[in-house]
Amino acid sequence: MARREVVICGGGPAGLAASIELARTGAKVLLVDENRRPGGQLFKQIHKFFGSREHNAGVRGVDIGKKLLAETEALGVEVWLHSSVTGVFTDKRVAVLREGETKVVEAEKVLICTGGAENSLNFEGWTLPGVMGAGAAQTMINVNRVLPGRRVLMVGSGNVGVIVTYQLLQAGAEVAGIVEAAPKIGAYGVHAAKVRRAGVPFYLGHTIIRAKGSGKVERAVIAALDNWKPIPGTEKEFDVDVVCIAAGLRPTSDLARMCGVRHVFVPELGGWMPEHDDGMETSVPGIYVAGDTAGVEEASTAMDEGRLAGIMMAYRLGHLTEQEMREKKEEVSGRLSALRLGPFGERRMNAKRRITEGRA
Amino acid sequence: MRITEHPILGSVPDQEYVTITVDGRPLRAVKGEMIAATLMANGIMVHRHTIKRHEPRGVYCGIGQCTDCVMVVNGRPNVRTCITPVEDGMAIETQEGYGVRRD
Repeated sequence: MARREVVICGGGPAGLAASIELARTGAKVLLVDENRRPGGQLFKQIHKFFGSREHNAGVRGVDIGKKLLAETEALGVEVWLHSSVTGVFTDKRVAVLREGETKVVEAEKVLICTGGAENSLNFEGWTLPGVMGAGAAQTMINVNRVLPGRRVLMVGSGNVGVIVTYQLLQAGAEVAGIVEAAPKIGAYGVHAAKVRRAGVPFYLGHTIIRAKGSGKVERAVIAALDNWKPIPGTEKEFDVDVVCIAAGLRPTSDLARMCGVRHVFVPELGGWMPEHDDGMETSVPGIYVAGDTAGVEEASTAMDEGRLAGIMMAYRLGHLTEQEMREKKEEVSGRLSALRLGPFGERRMNAKRRITEGRA
Repeated sequence: MRITEHPILGSVPDQEYVTITVDGRPLRAVKGEMIAATLMANGIMVHRHTIKRHEPRGVYCGIGQCTDCVMVVNGRPNVRTCITPVEDGMAIETQEGYGVRRD
């Protein structure tokens, strides 16, 4: 059986950052990802990130991804691509499906950072081809450079909905409108202003009630809401061939569930998620979580949570002294707190505190 | 539809092409791109039909999580086309229900 000190499941921003932090201390790390290249969802994020200089503010997600990849390569991190982790056991053995065979790797610490999944909405016709996650459309246009359609209706006005709307326009699609059930726009003002300037209308207090078409989306119908119920007679019909759903994300934590990690329900962070301490360790000793798996936030927080998990694992494995661990932990925790400031971050900060203090 | 010019990503670099077939129809694909991308670039949105009601399904998540986009690839059903790259000569078929494996 293969042995590694640490196995990291998922090569997105959290996994890459953790592997860099661990490799720097000399730990023997294996990073496993089911895609053909690591980077997770960073490569579809062609917009500039927010935050301070330490958070790569002003740098596009895709360039942050390239930088992380270059660092892991320079450090010689072992990476298994096109390999799926199919099981994590409480004794920290990890089953990996690779080249048609299951390989079992014995690890001392396991980091689960498999990201999040887009929520869907239930409405008539929601399964029609052409109805897709906003993230799916974003992958298609920015990674595959293919337009999913010519005219799109966006459902959801949070950052994902509004940023993807702008990127659809950049890619050459038309966006018929952004539909939002709440009475106000969810995204940061700077993103919302960009799509307003581009002439995309917002339909606040509205929801999608139907997608229609033969074999694929040809039209979509929205209606105004009264107390979250559609008001008859307020329907508007749009000639669109794509409906994008930007209704938030939830943590992907199947592997953590498999090995018995205690889960808690935290609405601010996407729903059910693994409980963890302020060093990202779960209720199962030696099993860590980071990034969207540990509560849906942003790529910047995912990277710092990955680093934090990496630091704590390196310390437990004896690659860092207590003093070194404390200094590094303090630095990263400080950056995480800075990312969770402001009206948007505060809810997440309080939710995170509830979890790490065992009050969730 | 392919995006050849882009204000942030620039022009598409020189690409190599391969040929795949979709339900017997030959299609030109960009070497290394995902099967779902080739299909979408050619306006093909229906990847499969469900087993009970024979309803059409296509790409939903685009990153290998939801399995809505699975098709029969080289005789093997349930292949996630959004994370499987094209290969020259690959035979793709619309999947009916769970599909049938032919080795």
